[in-house]
Amino acid sequence: MSAPFSPQEIAAEGLKPQEYEEIVHRLGRHPNKAELGMFGVMWSEHCCYKNSRPLLGQFPTTGEHILVGPGENAGIVDLGDGLHLAFKIESHNHPSAIEPFQGAATGVGGILRDIFTMGARPIAILNSLRFGTLDNARTRRIFSGVVEGISHYGNCVGVPTVGGEVYFDPAYTGNPLVNAMALGIMETSEIVKAGAVGVGNPVLYVGSTTGRDGMGGASFASSELTDQSMDDRPAVQVGDPFLEKSLIEACLEAFKTGAVASAQDMGAAGITCSTSEMAAKGGVGIELDLDKIPVRETGMVPYEYLLSESQERMLFVAHKGREQELIDIFHRWGLQAVMAGEVIEEPIVRILFQGEVAAEIPATALADNTPIYHRELLAEAPDYAQKAWQWTRADLPACDGLGITVGGEALSWGAVLLRLLDSPSLASKRWVYRQYDHQVQNNTVLLPGGADAAVIRIRPQEPIPNVSATAFTKGVAATTDCNARYVYLDPYEGAKAAVAEAARNLSCVGAQPLAVTDNLNFGSPEHPVGYWQLAKACEGIAEACGEFGTPVTGGNVSLYNETLDSEGKPQAIYPTPVIGMVGLVPDVTRLCGQGWQEAGDLIYLIGSPTVTLGGSEYLALVHGTVAGLPPRVDFEAERRVQEVCREGIYQGWLRSAHDCAEGGLGVAVAECCLAGELGAEISLEGSGDLRWDEVLFGEGGARIVVSVSPEFQALWEDYARSLLGEGVWLLGTVRATANLRVFTSNQETLLDVSMKELGDRWHWALERRLTL
Amino acid sequence: MKFGVIVFPGSNCDRDMAYVTRDVLGQSTRMIWHQETDLSDCDVVVIPGGFSYGDYLRCGAIARFSPIMRSVREHAQQGKYVLGVCNGFQVLTEVGLLPGALVRNRDLHFICDRVPLKVERTDLPWTQAYTPQEVITIPIAHGEGRYHADEDTLKALEDNQQVVFRYCDAHGNLTPESNPNGSLNHIAGIVNETGNVLGMMPHPERASDPLLKAVDGFKLFTGLLSVPLAI
Repeated sequence: MSAPFSPQEIAAEGLKPQEYEEIVHRLGRHPNKAELGMFGVMWSEHCCYKNSRPLLGQFPTTGEHILVGPGENAGIVDLGDGLHLAFKIESHNHPSAIEPFQGAATGVGGILRDIFTMGARPIAILNSLRFGTLDNARTRRIFSGVVEGISHYGNCVGVPTVGGEVYFDPAYTGNPLVNAMALGIMETSEIVKAGAVGVGNPVLYVGSTTGRDGMGGASFASSELTDQSMDDRPAVQVGDPFLEKSLIEACLEAFKTGAVASAQDMGAAGITCSTSEMAAKGGVGIELDLDKIPVRETGMVPYEYLLSESQERMLFVAHKGREQELIDIFHRWGLQAVMAGEVIEEPIVRILFQGEVAAEIPATALADNTPIYHRELLAEAPDYAQKAWQWTRADLPACDGLGITVGGEALSWGAVLLRLLDSPSLASKRWVYRQYDHQVQNNTVLLPGGADAAVIRIRPQEPIPNVSATAFTKGVAATTDCNARYVYLDPYEGAKAAVAEAARNLSCVGAQPLAVTDNLNFGSPEHPVGYWQLAKACEGIAEACGEFGTPVTGGNVSLYNETLDSEGKPQAIYPTPVIGMVGLVPDVTRLCGQGWQEAGDLIYLIGSPTVTLGGSEYLALVHGTVAGLPPRVDFEAERRVQEVCREGIYQGWLRSAHDCAEGGLGVAVAECCLAGELGAEISLEGSGDLRWDEVLFGEGGARIVVSVSPEFQALWEDYARSLLGEGVWLLGTVRATANLRVFTSNQETLLDVSMKELGDRWHWALERRLTL
Repeated sequence: MKFGVIVFPGSNCDRDMAYVTRDVLGQSTRMIWHQETDLSDCDVVVIPGGFSYGDYLRCGAIARFSPIMRSVREHAQQGKYVLGVCNGFQVLTEVGLLPGALVRNRDLHFICDRVPLKVERTDLPWTQAYTPQEVITIPIAHGEGRYHADEDTLKALEDNQQVVFRYCDAHGNLTPESNPNGSLNHIAGIVNETGNVLGMMPHPERASDPLLKAVDGFKLFTGLLSVPLAI
């Protein structure tokens, strides 16, 4: 019998002809329309990782603090004292490109559900965002829409948005990256898992109603954006944060009754995904009656029920006989809750509609036994990379202590610094985080913009008899990091650098890195270069996570991040493996921000002397060149400088700490001035054969700028030198003067910029570009 | 002193408030579900921040009709203390316990920040622990916090000295830049004529914990604790 579907119909579900053959093989028959749709979403990269699964296998996933690794809704780490932290990152890139506000809002909603589905109360949100450049009107609309969407959803559900990163680069024009990370503290004694258990147990549908919104969002997310993508707006979901807030409370209350056997949120692929994953993970089947599902519109057919991505919905397996107890809780919160099916022995997903079987598929065929593509890795780095690696510093015009002439324009080093601080990727993100409620829940110890990582005080979510909640002083630090330009130029080294930077940022606030959640944003894996980037980056992440002892507990893969221009030519984004890392702060009264604290404090650079302009912000911004070899990661040097920084903070010797990232030492010192509203005088050695732009703006890992109270100078120097040897440089002093002054070692002025100039450029860079 | 913190389904600062009254202040604190009606055991009723019933229509517009608000009105009429913070302030204006309204911020964006406030009156139970004209720093977090009222109402408020907190700069000056949301007369918080009902957009409960290095809101609570239980 020939297929009952045309090749176009099959392709419309995001399936390839050979995948259709596989479906027929697994079913022993042709699928019906609803079944075809279910396979389409479940076999998308978003749901089954068919391109990335072989690569993800190399990540370290276990460790002494890890309670739950990949495979559940979120990872969980042990913080000691009976406190368990759930955390996860997820992308909502394609929806945000089409409908920025709702795309970003529902991205936040989705990641929060992953957290509270486990029994954890969400305590913080971070966002890793990337956009095109703000001279483009559409990019400005996407950028402000995304920020507003995150603000709308996060503020209303009452979870503080405490940190993250925002970058602007032409590589993301038309295909922004919106990655949301959430953290939660376990509120139930048992971790709620997703596998269905107990044949005969009732299956409960809870939360919001089902409608036609977000149809097939997972497939949509797993293909390239085209000029026609705007017509896919129905594939973007619409969020209701008030409903989600009620859902958080109702779910946590329901879990505490012990009547819930397992739970799964309905994210991508809605009912299809939740039923098949719960069944497959539990080794059982689920029968679900669509006629029981509460709907928000009439006339829906099974295909639509099954592929709807209406938000704020969950599926529970309840212990038989206790379903009413749960239903009552949800009704009290004004939410839907119905018995919609039951757990069955036969390991299939059986969907009933109007008294007939509308779909019947082995659960594993949808969730487990899915296609895997082992692709061939390019034997050599692709041409673009090889060509970029040819660049050397000899290609730059000469410079001296006064500055550099670029394209006929003479630039002083002060002018270069101001230009870097004015670049939206480096400038203050106040315009963004001021729109996020970053203080709700009363635990935000370090505010956004003031430190290298966010820090949240941890206290038990439920009152403990005879113990005041004020007695808890542990904290959690979190950060998201990725220098995508490095990854583009060298995926392996760039990915390692992303992990190293995340660990360094945590160390700069005094936190011990614990674990990682990763969001792999890449182009098409079907393109040899795209696959090479993905494979090399995964190799780098795996190695670095092993070196830092920070296992990967899960994450998200977003491929096909390419836009097709009008001629149909794919434009890939920079490969962007975002590393979300969490760390433990033993005592939140012993922390550091990045700003200077007091005039007279001594300024040090600690760590590695090695810098390069390859892949640097300076090279891209001032010379318009994206080339060179990005910095190499020296794991030993990284671990050592991070340990020294953490210990210095814990001992109370350090008053501020800030890592040198984009823009190198010059920008790092300027940021310390801006955050602390204090000036500085420092002198730099023109060591060896380094150019002045390398000294000032060269980039490299394992480098941290710290300030130390003079009373601790001897103690600190003895300790730091004992671990870092030569890698401790006293640069200068924090000054109450209104300038940042940088001298050469023979007292020639390299740079002298007023705090006012620094501030004017840095504070208002985003606003200036948004109010064109 | 017993505190009652009202919980609408969309309240999200209820736990923060209880953390301060119960854990930091050590006072008896009860969470009160919006469908309850008995407040007789509470000395101070707090309507916390959040989004009461989603607030998609207008902030506090639905909350006004909830069962608990009838009891809150009675509680206030008995001269007992009612504190509305942020969304709570919006609700209090909707139910008519305080005059005026809170509308969309001047620049249309949600604002989360720490802002200086001038304490205009210290003869109230709420503010007696502050010094006259003291400038304090308290967090704000709202999208609709711009205080608005008609001219007569505004004049009456000023004549009766019902304005308790005003947005100002670090030195206490009412400059245009120091008004974050465009509130008329820089109004950040007001009381009713009898002084027992206080509504304010800034969050004193977010500035009452030494661990978070923000304590300027704490005196509002300690001031309250040192007064006799009935006015």
